Amino acid sequence: MTPIIKTQNLTFFYPETDGEPALNQIDLEIAPGSFVVILGHNGSGKSTLAKQFNAVLLPSGGKVYVFGMDTSNEDLVIQIRRTVGMVFQNPDNQIVANVVEDDVAFAPENLGVPPEEIRRRVDEALKQVGMSEFALHAPHLLSGGQKQRVAIAGVIAMQPDCIVLDEPTAMLDPSGRREVVETVKTLCREKGITVVLITHHMDEAIDADRLIVMSGGKIIADGKPAKIFSQVEALKSQGLAVPETTQLLWELNQQGMNLPLEALSVEECAQVIAACLR
Amino acid sequence: MTPIIKVEGLTHVYSEGTPFKKVAIEQIDLEIPEGQFLGLIGHTGSGKSTFIQHLNGLLKPTSGRVLYKGEDIARSKEATRDVRFKVGLVFQYPEHQLFEETVYRDIAFGPKNMKLSEAEIDERVREAAGFVGVPEELFQRSPLELSGGQKRRIAIAGVLAMRPDVLILDEPTAGLDPSGRESILSNVVNYHKASGATVILVTHSMEDVARLAQRLIVFHNGRVAIDAPPSQIFSRAEELRSMGLEIPKSTAIALRLRELGLPISPSVYTVEQLKNAILSLREEAKKC
Amino acid sequence: MLKDITLGQYFPGNTIVHRLDPRTKLILTVVFIAALFTAKSYISYGIMLLTVAVCIGLSRINLKSIFKGLKPLVFIIILSGLLNLLYTQGKPIVEFWIFTISWEGVRAAVFMILRIMMLITGTFLLTYTTSPIALTDGMEILMNPLKKIKVPVHELAMMMSIALRFIPTLIEETDKIMSAQKARGADFETGKLTDRAKALLPLLVPLFVSAFRRADELATAMECRCYHGDESRTRMKTLKMENIDFAALVLGIMLLAGIIVLSVFGL
Repeated sequence: MTPIIKTQNLTFFYPETDGEPALNQIDLEIAPGSFVVILGHNGSGKSTLAKQFNAVLLPSGGKVYVFGMDTSNEDLVIQIRRTVGMVFQNPDNQIVANVVEDDVAFAPENLGVPPEEIRRRVDEALKQVGMSEFALHAPHLLSGGQKQRVAIAGVIAMQPDCIVLDEPTAMLDPSGRREVVETVKTLCREKGITVVLITHHMDEAIDADRLIVMSGGKIIADGKPAKIFSQVEALKSQGLAVPETTQLLWELNQQGMNLPLEALSVEECAQVIAACLR
Repeated sequence: MTPIIKVEGLTHVYSEGTPFKKVAIEQIDLEIPEGQFLGLIGHTGSGKSTFIQHLNGLLKPTSGRVLYKGEDIARSKEATRDVRFKVGLVFQYPEHQLFEETVYRDIAFGPKNMKLSEAEIDERVREAAGFVGVPEELFQRSPLELSGGQKRRIAIAGVLAMRPDVLILDEPTAGLDPSGRESILSNVVNYHKASGATVILVTHSMEDVARLAQRLIVFHNGRVAIDAPPSQIFSRAEELRSMGLEIPKSTAIALRLRELGLPISPSVYTVEQLKNAILSLREEAKKC
Repeated sequence: MLKDITLGQYFPGNTIVHRLDPRTKLILTVVFIAALFTAKSYISYGIMLLTVAVCIGLSRINLKSIFKGLKPLVFIIILSGLLNLLYTQGKPIVEFWIFTISWEGVRAAVFMILRIMMLITGTFLLTYTTSPIALTDGMEILMNPLKKIKVPVHELAMMMSIALRFIPTLIEETDKIMSAQKARGADFETGKLTDRAKALLPLLVPLFVSAFRRADELATAMECRCYHGDESRTRMKTLKMENIDFAALVLGIMLLAGIIVLSVFGL
């Protein structure tokens, strides 16, 4: 299967800084329909990487392909951006219009979609993110989680194959965070949209198909979340935390117990501990 | 002893007399003793932000009053202004409020408004910068060209430089990664220990607040719903969840283990406590 | 505080005036202003006043909110009235110190005050009954012919609608920054004028920094949503002129024609 996003030897320098590359020789393939989480601390290069996926930033060295389209080809930019949609951190700074439904209509309008078709897509997109009843509201009066869902609707109205979300939950409270993560999970599972979620919240990675950990502009781990989090020492040496469940199991093992570190959810964790103590 | 802050029947209504009228907080009574480390939690819109802005007189009560060391802070304009220096408030995303040309001058803004002497201001700026780990090499740099984490530290130092007796922080770790969160929180803990000041930490992170605070207050729909030490609060998991709040993961695991028939106290709320509880269970199991 | 400004505010409703196409309302406003400046006599002023009254009635706008909107401009209205009163030559009624008040002066002053008030009320009616988005859409279409002479019509309309979108956000932000600086002892309310001007600096710097950051992020977000100017751009909501719009336009033009005829005959 053709990967939806493919990077080859991708290197990137920010023009204003000299020396260290923000991205250092990254080779990556993302399979269509998968739910991928990219984790890393501030300055690890995770957001820079995300911005390469739809030609917001262009490689200083190497290549990025979206369904085989080279992102450095200017003629393909619109085609690439409608394939890979993007949601940003600050919900206030990505909403264009004064009315929710007008904002969702923005992308299809730009793509020259006929009016009746836009109407249909807008209604459908708002339904998918559970914001239909707010169609005529003013965006600035919504909660953070609701604003991000509007932003997601604005992207799915383009009917993209992939959505990249660049720390969409960093400014939200726990319930807003849950709203957003549940929404993108559903989009991935039910609509088959590829989701690339950039975050620094460990918890959001637990249900991912694949977890990529970045540090210093490089990929330092790539695989199933349970596998990666069980490498507790390796992650800690990079200054990264692990979910509390893994932390607990690991500390218990340090005390001579023998528990599987792959038990990520609260339920799994409780089950393995109970099984061991019985 | 007189509590450092006492709140009596505090009510605040926004846009009174218009169709947009909204009761933000209602009939709040609270006493905060000197030196306490207090955690304030609640869903967005629960009234906690409105509440803290009353403690330093930024908002005027619709009814009720706020006492600082036994005196009404609204008794005169001067008193309200003075209390702003005693009750330091760090807003959410404080780095967005930096404005001076240099880091030094930004931190000095508060002390300057207090009309302190140059020498005194200098001492306080250095002390405050020390608390948050801003090195002196940065003093002459523009705050706008520093990283997000450093900017936030500088903004917090700007409030610490007033040497407040009460330090209120509104989600000081919002948007930071785990290591950034950890370092800001340890700055706050250090200030609490070194100065003996009262600290009020407003946060969404149950894990943080459980670990640090001596007392937790939960706001819900503009009222104080729970007021208890952390060891008692999280066993009320259902109640917290119904208010749209999370419980610490450790508590969630402990509660699930109890359902699975293990005698673990529901009042654990840190990984450390839970680990010890499980280990002692294992010891007992071995004995028999 | 800042949030209480009503100037140019939109009051949602479902009256005939609200339902008119924004283009119709824009054209009618221009026609109305033209008529207002052509009107010279008591009769034509009477007709204009009647027109304004009928429009207010049809739009069901509260008279109170119109007066509230006029309030900030009271000074200008009175000043222009006074200037006309004192500086119009004619048959004197009263003379004191260096001033002379004449019949012609009184007439000119009353007309000037009426004209300004009707001018403001007319434009208020437009903004009260038309949502900002509809207004910018209407303007964009009406100004379309100007594209031929390289006026960036679409870009101007887009800028305006984005400005409207961000006004509430920036007002909220200003309030927030103000509170934060007050918490550090900044004083915006007392002190000498120079002190107060200085106190604005802590407010303006962060506000500008944030506005630029927002602009930058918004531009990226718009590009990510395939914005590339108005080339082959469609709209979800297309404006449509109904019969009522044509009727309203005919009435408006008849009004202007009537006023012109009256003024030609010196009335």
